[in-house]
Amino acid sequence: MNTPVFYDHFERHAHGEGVKGHSTHYCPGCGHGLVHRDLADAIGALGLKDRTVLVSPVGCAVFAYYYFDVGNTQAAHGRAPAVALGHKLANPDAIVVSYQGDGDLAAIGLAETLSIAQLGVPLTVVFINNGIYGMTGGQLAPTTLLGQKTATSPGGRDPTMGRPLRVAELIASLDGPVYVERVALFDPRQRVKARRAIEKALRLQAEGRGYAFVEVLAECPTHLKLTPELAEAWVRDQMVPVFPLGVKKDLVPEPWFHRDAPAYDVERVLALAGAEPAGGRASASRKDGRAGAAAPRDVGIKLAGAGGDGAQTAGLLLTRAAIAAGFDATHIPSYGPESRGGTSYADVHVADDEVLNPAAPEPDLLVAFNAPSLAKFAPAVVPGGIILYDSSLVPQPPPLPAGRRVLPVPFAELARQTGRPVTKNMVALGALQEATDLLPRDGLLLTLRQLLKDKPNSLPANEAALIAGARAVRAQARAPLGADGP
Amino acid sequence: MSNPLHDRPRPFLEPAYCKGCLRCVEACPRHCITPGSAINPSTGVAPVELHLEHCNGCGLCTQACPEPFGLRLHEGVSHLEGRFQLEDPAKLFGRKRVQVTAPEPAPDAELPLPDCAPLVIKGVYASAIGAVLAGCRHVFGYPITPSTEGAELMARMLPPLGGTFVQAVSEVAAVNMMYGAGGAGVPAMTFTSSPGFSLMLEGISYLIGAEVPSVFVNLMRGGPGLGNIGPEQADIKLACRGLGHGNTQAIVLAPSTPQEMLDLTMAAFPLSFRYRNPVILLGDGYLGQVTGVVRLPAALRRPGRPDWAVWGDREHRHNLINSILLAEADLAAHNEHLGRKYAEMHRREQRAELHRCDDAEVLVVACNTPARMARGAVEAARARGVRAGLFRPISLWPFPIDALSPLLARVERLVVVEASAGQLEDELRLAVSHAGLRLPPLEHVRRLGGLLPQQDEILARLAVPEEVLR
Repeated sequence: MNTPVFYDHFERHAHGEGVKGHSTHYCPGCGHGLVHRDLADAIGALGLKDRTVLVSPVGCAVFAYYYFDVGNTQAAHGRAPAVALGHKLANPDAIVVSYQGDGDLAAIGLAETLSIAQLGVPLTVVFINNGIYGMTGGQLAPTTLLGQKTATSPGGRDPTMGRPLRVAELIASLDGPVYVERVALFDPRQRVKARRAIEKALRLQAEGRGYAFVEVLAECPTHLKLTPELAEAWVRDQMVPVFPLGVKKDLVPEPWFHRDAPAYDVERVLALAGAEPAGGRASASRKDGRAGAAAPRDVGIKLAGAGGDGAQTAGLLLTRAAIAAGFDATHIPSYGPESRGGTSYADVHVADDEVLNPAAPEPDLLVAFNAPSLAKFAPAVVPGGIILYDSSLVPQPPPLPAGRRVLPVPFAELARQTGRPVTKNMVALGALQEATDLLPRDGLLLTLRQLLKDKPNSLPANEAALIAGARAVRAQARAPLGADGP
Repeated sequence: MSNPLHDRPRPFLEPAYCKGCLRCVEACPRHCITPGSAINPSTGVAPVELHLEHCNGCGLCTQACPEPFGLRLHEGVSHLEGRFQLEDPAKLFGRKRVQVTAPEPAPDAELPLPDCAPLVIKGVYASAIGAVLAGCRHVFGYPITPSTEGAELMARMLPPLGGTFVQAVSEVAAVNMMYGAGGAGVPAMTFTSSPGFSLMLEGISYLIGAEVPSVFVNLMRGGPGLGNIGPEQADIKLACRGLGHGNTQAIVLAPSTPQEMLDLTMAAFPLSFRYRNPVILLGDGYLGQVTGVVRLPAALRRPGRPDWAVWGDREHRHNLINSILLAEADLAAHNEHLGRKYAEMHRREQRAELHRCDDAEVLVVACNTPARMARGAVEAARARGVRAGLFRPISLWPFPIDALSPLLARVERLVVVEASAGQLEDELRLAVSHAGLRLPPLEHVRRLGGLLPQQDEILARLAVPEEVLR
């Protein structure tokens, strides 16, 4: 005899009082009880009682956990496969069974059913198809037969209510599952096949071979309004022609399912997080070589251009360099529908203590890579602020607000001279640093080298671009930020 | 030589466990079973009657019986045949109860981290790294702007750590995968944004009902409906008042910087396990996208295994994760139990930051990114001689009323700054009302549509009180 898998006493069924301590909640003749016995026998025969997690669905089998002496979870309507997958991924050694009816699996939970079947992770799904909603009182199910009368198809199901869904065939058409069979319970021979199918579906999971699905044509005498005997005949004569019995898919792949145990070692986590030991990299301190007048304690910078101009990369580089130098800094990319219109702008703040508003609606510094950006954002630059723009793309700037220092620098032209036109954002940064003395000397350069440490080939051009931008500004009159405010 | 068929065990039946479905009658080829003629008073149905003179022990009747304790073959008890038709086996053998040895909870372990250079990363990445440092190796999600990068980073980080990121078919599936993994006792989380959070609410109700820990990072975007992908704070009511159906509450944490995205995500996991309840991290969309400095904590965490986990082994076999309680008294008791947990959260888990509140006459109340703008406005107002302060709730539920109440007696007015139509204000008003306190005159600065309130408009309200509402 197998290990008993049912509880000796059903404590969870009405606190185990009276007859309920040894009786199921199912109606007389219900197919669920038979499948419960098959499943319990199979778990016991395979010695899986201590590894099994049974997911009870919503539907008549909602209380499956009353009976099975295994780990138990009760899922929301239709979500048993998702819950089962969560259990399986949490503990790949667990044998996880999703036990579901036709409303649960084939109506409300169809998306979960199909997507998780297609994942192919070893799970065992037992699908009770009795052609009707039992728990809610006999309504139309996806599997209800044409002409079948239910509480919500009182005149019989007609094709406008949809035709019966052949789930086993649907599942078998997917690449994920390895075994799909439809069985029935209406006579002793069918019952033997059902038991074997359920045992096989469990064994395939236990051996790590894959996802298995067993559809059981089951009797619901109560809602068919038939005696159990007539219900058996109804399944045999009415359901089987629509839902043909048999194996729909049967692959026996080599065991493949294996997952490494979760790792918590410090080195691996830090490497994946991109963290490096403190002091491990060269950085310019804000105390070093900050020759210019004190920058404002919180500088807002807007870098604006078209997608591909490198505004975001430049903004991030500036942010990193500022933080490496001991400032607080933030970067936020353009956000909202503008970013879909071919414009891209980055807001950067550099602050002595703490950046407050990370946005720069009224920037102290504007770096404009093209004419529309210049026209759009220049009016917002605060009085005394600085406007840098690409004079190689904007030879004739629009009228710009008074009281701002305007520095035309040919970003694109100078970048071309480095041999890498994409470095025009570095030209802009070199110009910005030269114009403002915002960061310590070499701050940008050291951060650039850090960021490009895996791309040494592109470093010389980027460095040259930084220097070229700085030179272009130096050639113009140099003045600290705010010196020529109104 | 005896016929082996005659040695096979015969069926026996405790009449009270027969529902009279008659499947066995039809299954028996020798017609040994007949429909019952007498109603069993304990069940109200007529159990079948066995006439075993011709029984050869073929077992087909037992295979046809849907009841676990119905018709059964019992090896080695054939001498008891007949008595079983009259007596409960529990009485014959004594009632066997399930022997449950409560598993020992395995505690978390802290593994010290070396000093690291600060990271310069997006808020949503900071949250993902915080989750990994907190020991989370199971992440389930569905792509939605502006939270998707959290899932993307997890999809890169988790496989080398023996973890799993699953891109589910929907947010509905994702939250239920969290229910499974969380029910197995492992730290599980998701990244989502407002429309996705709406879809997860049903699942959150189940998580709360079944007492399953889990962490949700919701980076709020503009709504209602599809809205836009700009930052908003209009899910405060969902997180604080609307976590699906039933009596639900969860701790709601509101970070305001990338650093806090990491710190509060790390804090969320032990909170969710301490209370066996979801924890919601509520950020505005801006907060997920903003890059800033993030310092790593002193240690990372290797999670243990709680004693209640449905793990799938012998030790945890008797556990159950479940939210259905059919008997009214049972469900009432469960709700009272949840209520006691909520009360404890309210007592122990209030968090707030008070900035220049000591002598403040006008108090700004703001959270998330708007709190940064508000802090700037407070500083600017102070520079103009206005005694302004910032009260920043870090836990939106429980609202940090204990820290606020001493200030209320003194401040002359409150200015609630938010990117919603008053949802933070509603939390404030409710908390003040429940505490039986007087609410000072209250004004607000609100922005809707995927925008955040700006410093200058807050400052204008601090310096020039135009419109005093109450």
